[in-house]
Amino acid sequence: MTRLHLKDFWRYSKQQMEKRNEQRVLVCGGPGCLARGSQAVYEALLDASGRVGGTGTVVEHAAHMVGCHGLCDQGPLVIIEPQGTFYTHVNPEMAPRIYHETLRGGRVVEDFLYSSGTGRRIARYADIPFYQRQQKIALRNVGAVDPEDINDYVALGGYRAAAKALEDLSPEDVIGWVKDSQLRGRGGAGFPTGRKWEVCAQAPGENRYVIANGDEGDPGAFMDRTIMEGDPHSLLEGMMIGAYAVGASEGFIYVREEYPLAVERLKGAIGQAESLGLLGDDILGIPGFCFNLSVRRGGGAFVCGEATALINSLEGRLGEPRGSYVVPAVRGYNQQPTALNNVETFCVIPEIINKGPAWFAAIGSEASRGTKTFSLVGRAVHIGLIEVPMGMSLREIIYDVGGGIEDGRTFKAVQTGGPSGGCLSAEYLDLPVDFDALEEAGSMMGSGGLIVMDETTCMVDVARYFLSFLRDESCGQCVPCREGLFQLTAIFDRIVSGEGQESDLAAVEELAVAMQEGSLCGLGQSASNPVLSTLRHFRGEYTAHIREKCCPAGVCRALTAYVIDVERCRACGRCLEVCPPQCIAVSQGVYTIDREACTRCGACSAACPFAAISREGCVQ
Amino acid sequence: MKELTELRSIVDKYGENPEYILEALHDIQSRYRHVPEPALDIIAERMKVKKSRVFSLVSFYKALSFEPQGEKNIRVCMGTACHLKGASQVKEEIEAVLDVAAGETTADGRYSLHEVNCVGACSMAPVVIIGDSYEGQATRDRVRTLLDNDGSEEESR
Repeated sequence: MTRLHLKDFWRYSKQQMEKRNEQRVLVCGGPGCLARGSQAVYEALLDASGRVGGTGTVVEHAAHMVGCHGLCDQGPLVIIEPQGTFYTHVNPEMAPRIYHETLRGGRVVEDFLYSSGTGRRIARYADIPFYQRQQKIALRNVGAVDPEDINDYVALGGYRAAAKALEDLSPEDVIGWVKDSQLRGRGGAGFPTGRKWEVCAQAPGENRYVIANGDEGDPGAFMDRTIMEGDPHSLLEGMMIGAYAVGASEGFIYVREEYPLAVERLKGAIGQAESLGLLGDDILGIPGFCFNLSVRRGGGAFVCGEATALINSLEGRLGEPRGSYVVPAVRGYNQQPTALNNVETFCVIPEIINKGPAWFAAIGSEASRGTKTFSLVGRAVHIGLIEVPMGMSLREIIYDVGGGIEDGRTFKAVQTGGPSGGCLSAEYLDLPVDFDALEEAGSMMGSGGLIVMDETTCMVDVARYFLSFLRDESCGQCVPCREGLFQLTAIFDRIVSGEGQESDLAAVEELAVAMQEGSLCGLGQSASNPVLSTLRHFRGEYTAHIREKCCPAGVCRALTAYVIDVERCRACGRCLEVCPPQCIAVSQGVYTIDREACTRCGACSAACPFAAISREGCVQ
Repeated sequence: MKELTELRSIVDKYGENPEYILEALHDIQSRYRHVPEPALDIIAERMKVKKSRVFSLVSFYKALSFEPQGEKNIRVCMGTACHLKGASQVKEEIEAVLDVAAGETTADGRYSLHEVNCVGACSMAPVVIIGDSYEGQATRDRVRTLLDNDGSEEESR
């Protein structure tokens, strides 16, 4: 391929857009669908067609393995465009019927369609409630574009925003547009992106840098992974526009080590963009506009998601945060001005340039414009990846998009913002999801993990979970975070094992506040949020653990017991075989568990074919 | 000797810039399943940094280890979604089957068991990754079967 000049680019872009085959078979290659065998589905579709049209073609349809479609619980997913026919739970044996009936015969196979809660079959994905309420900006191409082919990205209008910025807008204009769009950083804190870029562009320095934070460490979050794996060129294009705006000639994408496929896809995408003249020196033939981009792997450290720790890690140092009195936009990588943004933030930029700042600012809520991606996981019926306008209520997200709580259970809490966020109870269900509303309620937006919890979740256990997560991940540099987490975990260990004391809660609150006030970085300052928010919204559960030595949700081991329901038990003996401490006694056909000897491992309950063994809270 | 030459050639790819210590260590870890002691000296010398800095990186980052890892890594996701859906029980089952605690390597050197903090596959919770293969909706029974079969498969080969 030859490196394109600006005028060649427009011609090339038009060609690709006109040439694009609208008839497409899209097989989801997201992590959920891959694990359920979607690669074999793809191969089976090609096999069914006899592979006559060459690789990647089924009849006159272009067949692609694409990024995540979001509705992970229904995978493997296959979509047929342009109709938008949506097949769920597809296995290789279904491929011949899809080939003969749908691709050749043009008929929908009813049996393969999505079935709603009431058993109604829905043919087009756009009509499925999960998708109806969504609006995709950051995820606009994920699931539609072939992530390994730059031509396919260009055929969807890719790199036109970058070309438009270079041709029509000055760097100051770009910053002005981003400011006018009121885009706030999608990584968690919600700092206005345009202002960050302006500070970076104006700060004195010899070199400037652009860095994408792909160190998505929040447990329960996989938005950035999906984008990097499913649509890597959107990130590249957003970074290129950012580099032009702030005057950077070098950039990095810092990807967590746990995402090897993202690293591979990004490296491939960078190679393709370079060979087309969209990255490297004299981009699109414009003398002096150079932007060299490379991918760096993290080392498996949660704290590196913090901006200054990430920069230290990039420089080949320990990933410890720096003091926050100097922002990276002024002095970041190599002590130079650095525009460091989250992956999702960069991915939104091309659409703002394409459609204008007013378009973006018209979406969302007053102080949080645009859309936000969330990973909706936990106990919702539909779990997966979504993108909705800011300001949508938690209720709409969980019930309308997510389909409510699975197994007919009751909503108890939703955790937002990862380890820096908090748990919100049912009375907050009508809260609009935006940066400020969540923070006022004692949680935060974070990067976008939404973990839905039902009555089988113990909130004390959840708080303890986050504490032990953070204790393991704290870099250990400053005392309030390191020792605070250590002491809090010790107190929580006592509470969940039935040795909590009345004075513990006051000690917890005191420590939590000290950590907020005294920690060096944002992660330490927010580390006590899961504790404070559960204390605020679920205090009764704490007192049950401490006073009554009881875990109402039946989760905390020491406070619960396994009991056998004699009505349901058929005396099959399966539990006797699997019980490690052999603590189940049989007397005249009646099975009982010796509570003293039981280790609460749950093996009997998992093995029981009649669901006769359950874990009960409040038994003492 | 051969190891030293090989280590040098891995490190040489990255030149003198100490920014690439972590990248070089990643390559070494994936080649040897740990970071051998001589690597510290080679990197320190080549990138003109103190050996203590290289050492500190190996001890700081979870992806790197001084202890040799098993032929296959088993990673049990301990992310929030997996925690809610019973990751601890699945982990205990694997510990029982392999007779190791998380963080350890089996006596025969075949498996290392790790707890990891979210692998970004939350829709499949709880998730176990055996080698490169993701297992979603993992249960005690499922992991026991997988590990039993994993052994027999390799013996018959």
